[in-house]
Amino acid sequence: MALSDLLRRLVLLAAVIWTAMTLNFILPRITGRNPIIEKLMDSADSGGANEYDFDQFVAAMNARFGFDRPILHQYLDYLGDLVTFDLGYSIANFPTRVGDLIASALPWTIGLMLTSTLIAFVLGSILGALTVWFRSSRLLGFFVPVIMVLAAMPFYLVGLVLIYVFSSLLGWFPASGGFVETRTVTSGWDFYLDVAYHAVLPGLSIVLASTGVWALSMRGMMVTVQGEDYMTFADAKGLNLRRVFLAYGVRNAILPQVTMLALFMGQVVTGAVLVEVVFAYPGIGFLLLRSIQINDFTTIYGVVFILILTIGFSMLIMDLIYPLLDPRTRKSRA
Amino acid sequence: MSTATDDRREVTSFDADDHQRPSEPEWGTLRSRWRATLRYMRRNPSLPVGLALLSALILFSVIGGLLVDIGDTRVMSAPHSRAPADNLWFGSDRQGRDLFAVMVHGTWLTVRVGLIAGAVGIVFGASLGFIAGYFGGWIDNIVNWTVDVLLTVPAMLFLVVIATNVSTPTEPLSSTTMAIIIAALAWRRPTRQIRAQVLVMRTAGYVQTARISGASNLEIIFLEMIPNLLPYLVASFVTAVSAAVLASVGLEAMGLGPQNEPTLGQTIYWMIQSSAFMMGLWWWILPPIIALVILFVSLYLINVGIDELSNPRLRRKA
Repeated sequence: MALSDLLRRLVLLAAVIWTAMTLNFILPRITGRNPIIEKLMDSADSGGANEYDFDQFVAAMNARFGFDRPILHQYLDYLGDLVTFDLGYSIANFPTRVGDLIASALPWTIGLMLTSTLIAFVLGSILGALTVWFRSSRLLGFFVPVIMVLAAMPFYLVGLVLIYVFSSLLGWFPASGGFVETRTVTSGWDFYLDVAYHAVLPGLSIVLASTGVWALSMRGMMVTVQGEDYMTFADAKGLNLRRVFLAYGVRNAILPQVTMLALFMGQVVTGAVLVEVVFAYPGIGFLLLRSIQINDFTTIYGVVFILILTIGFSMLIMDLIYPLLDPRTRKSRA
Repeated sequence: MSTATDDRREVTSFDADDHQRPSEPEWGTLRSRWRATLRYMRRNPSLPVGLALLSALILFSVIGGLLVDIGDTRVMSAPHSRAPADNLWFGSDRQGRDLFAVMVHGTWLTVRVGLIAGAVGIVFGASLGFIAGYFGGWIDNIVNWTVDVLLTVPAMLFLVVIATNVSTPTEPLSSTTMAIIIAALAWRRPTRQIRAQVLVMRTAGYVQTARISGASNLEIIFLEMIPNLLPYLVASFVTAVSAAVLASVGLEAMGLGPQNEPTLGQTIYWMIQSSAFMMGLWWWILPPIIALVILFVSLYLINVGIDELSNPRLRRKA
């Protein structure tokens, strides 16, 4: 990757993060209402918050937002806080910090998303390549339309169907949660097995709905690659078919797939968030759902900020990995 | 969808393509025109199948609208948790909404959100794409960067923040407001797609010819470019509608939707919140899911069909 290209990527990432931060700052001020203060007054009215917590909270909010100071000062302080990952306190559970809530939810989301995206990526790429290689296969001819239809559907819709069939009708898998709620020990093999068991349906819904996306793009790429001269040459040299398929065909066709992975990232994150909502999976999407339900605005903003950060950085990493896969882009750096 | 055709002749000549086949009837008389259309549809079934599915869904909503009272979508308008019966075709949910009325009204509301947001998105996006692509320069730079930045972030995350700021406990969102909120971000992809197309077209022979013959910028845009981009604009619109429905159902499933209106997403939200799955209320679970599946699949098929119609290169591949 050329240096100027890398620089452009970095500036883009910075712009994305800045936009996300500023949005959370500006919107409450544009709409002329401050949800944080509203929520505060609300709990003060209902007497829901205990007196001591409440006083502390008001003090913390004032220290943090300093509504009496000029807006530019508020803004700069706010940016400074976010840069140091200080996301403030949760409104609903005051002494808890938003950062801690997110930290405990994040491993669930990352685990679920990473595993299922990887499976879907590998499975889809292989399937897409195979449909081109074995053009006349009946089995594949049946699979392709099914996969295409699944690719048109959002993850959570597939998830709902899976819950209905495998949990409600057949009772094979749990419909919600990340592990058995009554469990006291949260480590050891037993626990991990339980976690895996609960992750089957949410994971499957992501895999089913995104395999088709990869398969379709891989298919398109393989068709193009098959027409290339080097494929004919490899064939003519008498290389065995598997070598031609893997080292000549797939190796070249897989490159755009990685670019697509970077572009698809945002969609995967949104999709995973909604899958968690549907399955009540204890990740960051479910945290978002709960925060919305109890109007915990600081947590909502914190989750949105962290998600945008994650997407921005994973796209950057994908761009950096690219030269490792494609020697042509490596050369241009010299 | 975004297959950039660097050779515009291919896009404009899809009907000329048919002339080359001796078996194709002439496009002269009305009757033979119909026959040619039918023949084409048999070759490219995505478009008619998609359109049929979508029409079926809309017909269900329109005809159903004549049979039910919208008031029946309110809580307690029927006995709760009843299975489908003669006088209660789709049964009722745990809060006692008549689910047939909910489906009839909700399907239309959800489609309408998609149409409003998609229309605003395509009009605004296409204008911006044309301005950026046609005039270039610093405007193009600004537009391009803004779209790049905004496209990185999933719409859903922006929408969550916007929706939490707009809806208040005393005054929940209406589905129209939600459509407008979604439209606020629906222009990003159309802008980028149209801009890319315009960049290519700007140097095409017929545009250059028009320019030399002294056509004004507006004439070139409206008389030369837009007619050629029409299939593309339609495909862009369909994508935008699909994305808007996706976003609206997502927002609703998270509880940020119009609490007082029975859209499909809102129905799914109530369904999850009142543990319909545990109670096995299949008549509550299946209809909104089926309606959404039909909606997404039909929009997808229409898109594939238009793509095939306007981009003959895909035809040879298949």
